[in-house]
Amino acid sequence: MSELLKVENLSVSFLSYAGEVRAVRDVSFHVDARETLALVGESGCGKTVTSKSIMRLLGRTTGVIQPGSHIYYKGEDILAMDKKRLSQIRGSEISMIFQDSMTSLNPTMTVGAQITENIRTHARVSRADALRRAEELLRMVEIPNPHERLRNYPHQLSGGMRQRAMIAIALAMDPSLLIADEPTTALDVTIQAQLLDLLRGLKDRLGMSIILVTHDLGIVSDFADRVQVMYAGRIVERGTVEEIFQNPRHPYTWALLRSIPGMAPDRKSRLYSLHGTPPDLLLPLEHCPFAARCEYCMPICKKQPPAETVLSDTHGAACWLLHPNAPRVEIPRGIGGVNRD
Amino acid sequence: MSQIKKNPPSDAFAPGDFEIVGADTAQSERFARRPVTYWGDALRRFRQNKLAVAAFFLLLLITIMTIAVPMLSPYDYAKQDLKVRKQWPSADHWFGTDDLGRDLFTRVWQGGRVSIAIGVLGALIVAAVGCVYGGIAAYFGGWVDMLMMRIVEILSSVPNLLVIIMMSIILDSSSIPTLLLAMTITGWCPVARLVRSQMLQISRSEYVMAARVMGVPPLQIVLRHMIPNTLSLIIVNITFRVPGFIFSEAFLSYVGLGVQPPNTSWGALASAGQANLLFYPYMMLFPSLFIALTMLCFTLMGDGLRDALDPKLRR
Amino acid sequence: MTEPYLFEVNDLCRYFPAKKNGIVKAVDGVSFRIRQGETFSLVGESGCGKTTCGRTLLGVYPKTAGSILWKGRETCQLTRAELKQFKRENQMIFQDPYSCLDPRMTIGTIIQEGMRVHFDLPPRARDQRVAELLFKVGLTADFASRFPHELSGGQRQRVGIARALAMEPSFIVCDEPIAALDVSIQAQVVNLMIDLQRDLGLTYLFISHDLSMVRHISDRIGVMYLGTLVEVSDTDPLYDRPMHPYTQALFSAIPAVGRRQSGKRIRLEGEIPSPMDPPPGCRFSSRCPHAAAQCRQTSPSLRELEPGHLVACHRAEELNG
Repeated sequence: MSELLKVENLSVSFLSYAGEVRAVRDVSFHVDARETLALVGESGCGKTVTSKSIMRLLGRTTGVIQPGSHIYYKGEDILAMDKKRLSQIRGSEISMIFQDSMTSLNPTMTVGAQITENIRTHARVSRADALRRAEELLRMVEIPNPHERLRNYPHQLSGGMRQRAMIAIALAMDPSLLIADEPTTALDVTIQAQLLDLLRGLKDRLGMSIILVTHDLGIVSDFADRVQVMYAGRIVERGTVEEIFQNPRHPYTWALLRSIPGMAPDRKSRLYSLHGTPPDLLLPLEHCPFAARCEYCMPICKKQPPAETVLSDTHGAACWLLHPNAPRVEIPRGIGGVNRD
Repeated sequence: MSQIKKNPPSDAFAPGDFEIVGADTAQSERFARRPVTYWGDALRRFRQNKLAVAAFFLLLLITIMTIAVPMLSPYDYAKQDLKVRKQWPSADHWFGTDDLGRDLFTRVWQGGRVSIAIGVLGALIVAAVGCVYGGIAAYFGGWVDMLMMRIVEILSSVPNLLVIIMMSIILDSSSIPTLLLAMTITGWCPVARLVRSQMLQISRSEYVMAARVMGVPPLQIVLRHMIPNTLSLIIVNITFRVPGFIFSEAFLSYVGLGVQPPNTSWGALASAGQANLLFYPYMMLFPSLFIALTMLCFTLMGDGLRDALDPKLRR
Repeated sequence: MTEPYLFEVNDLCRYFPAKKNGIVKAVDGVSFRIRQGETFSLVGESGCGKTTCGRTLLGVYPKTAGSILWKGRETCQLTRAELKQFKRENQMIFQDPYSCLDPRMTIGTIIQEGMRVHFDLPPRARDQRVAELLFKVGLTADFASRFPHELSGGQRQRVGIARALAMEPSFIVCDEPIAALDVSIQAQVVNLMIDLQRDLGLTYLFISHDLSMVRHISDRIGVMYLGTLVEVSDTDPLYDRPMHPYTQALFSAIPAVGRRQSGKRIRLEGEIPSPMDPPPGCRFSSRCPHAAAQCRQTSPSLRELEPGHLVACHRAEELNG
């Protein structure tokens, strides 16, 4: 498969009064054409910052992409692009949808005007043609009465409809890459299911790649091809969905999987839970960032950061437990598919 | 491909490096940052705004000067000396003298006393009245709120200047208290609105709901939650309102409705200077300069305070 | 002999006035009972009235109609002393860990707030009690001097729990207590809640849309749709064999790890109607795949189909036969 996007050594910092908050720390990954990559992790792990860096959407004063970072889109470095080239790519080649459709749509413009605006900034089309295309898009995202809906303002639509309208705007120029940042978090389960079905169908039909940013492992297992688990600004484990769910190797991935309540044996038994909270990213963390909360923590974990151990072409994890010197630790019972019986 | 980092070989480790010791629960929940109180944090952010800090110190300086200069100056601000009329600034008279031979340096600071006093007092009065009024409306709600807010709307629809001019005619005096009364009689309306909306917002917050569920008496909720959380808003509002009052007073004095001679204010000084603008521009320059400078300082300081006290901006 | 009911709610209604003389029927004729020591959950999608229900129960909102019996006594007829006891024994935990703590108060002051009203303790004893409570929820005593903004979401939520526990309550309404938290932190909070229930014999009304967590924590569950209860049952029968078409659709939509299940998902068409203008008859009739003419005319009431399993659907027998 061809490589669509390649991120190399991405580091992003935020400047706060207390010092430099290193939100993303030396992250490298790639996205193939027509695949769905999920970035999973808890809030503050750097998944949203990573996805925003790809679009160069971080404010200039707050989020600083460190030198040495590269993001290649079809071989061209996004971080080195001038404004003109960047605006050509943004919204047409790479699009983004957000969690909160109410604040990411312009409340003073009709849905139709917002879609046509995006079309007409990227292509020389007459207003009538753009409107026709907009209607077609609304039909594609399964909004009933698309012709009438074009004249609606965002607040006249329900949450699920707004999210669909946002997808329509994002898809207006047939992007090759769609970045979906928690696209269904704010929605109810039944609406969430509708929307995921829609996204899945559109992805196959339009042949685009999706970067799905989410904290919901249920959605990931249902929707993604490959998964990257992030913790404290680093990728701690990456692999295909099968590898991550059947044969996870990093204790943090174990913890995430084990804290899903469906995995617990009995009702009202204690759920597996991690101690403490994720580390403050103000700290330098010159060791494994998960060490303080890890039940398999070893002295080495507090001395050096682990490098990634490659387990297969697609599977890798950054953990000292995978080092030949380390004691062998089985995947905890109840998760994974290897030692289930 | 970028350089691939590899783990060091097996013999590079100390014995015991690979023994599982488990999570350190004491470490996993410690604070990485120093404790900061609300006001401490606000002060830190205010200090970061260099312009606001400069404005604060300039205002402090101006205030000290208005107190000290009239006391220490060898000239009396009201004493006329016809021998030294209309003198340009010199070593004897730093800002020159006016057409009655009064020392302008002393007069400018004496006028500053009046102007700043009116500005600060006016802002404090409208803040106090507005808080009480808005607080009562928000607290009782329902038809009380409705009625009180309609009254505010009617009052604020009357042109400000008209009220002031009418007040000074009705009361038939131009003393400073009259001036203050005239300027504040409708001036509290915007504050009342602001306080009411902020209080309503707080009363719907979950921490007030928690207090109500626990049976905390209403008065305590007002004292412990509503007022402290409205305070910062009011402080910022007072700072922004002071220049408005200074300007109103200056304007009224300029058109002759304000402070009467021999007492003076920056507005009255500027008005007097205007007559001689073509030949003695310094007479108007100095008071105008201080009006502008003081207003600018209050606005800059208000900006700094607003940013410092806004909980949304904290990181 | 059945266990005593702590709360008996009959035909509870709570309407809100809306713009243009409309009425939002947030809760419309809901009846349920909560036994001493159990966890009763209300589940449903946003806008179904579950939060309003919990708040009306504790008297945050006055009820429009119906009755709420607390230990057999009507809550709006309590004497002053009884009301004080009601306010002490019944507490609430909130969804938003950011807005549920006053930003100007230290954690210690926040926890002490209710204590000052209900317990006559000298300051030293209060501080000591705060330290005990912080320890109980898994925090250390030095949190007492910190401010809410210095804490993470999970830590704040635990402070909220400590504040409720300070009142030595017997009943806690937990309004989406974990919705705003990360997965690993959710488990911490839920574990804490389960431990506290076991140690202190607490009764919970757990309000949530997270169906897998609800399954884990509840003894009995009520499913709400658009202001009405459509199904009430013990937890296991409900998950094993949901009887109301809405419950069936809701449960099939849960994204679950390990099973790719888009095939058997019951997909509901359309959106939830506005509670200002609910469809006539059964409220679910506008989206129900099984709706018949009868469903669009009369609204069904809760009927006991199996012991302890109540369903409000005209066609329940037929569909589950």
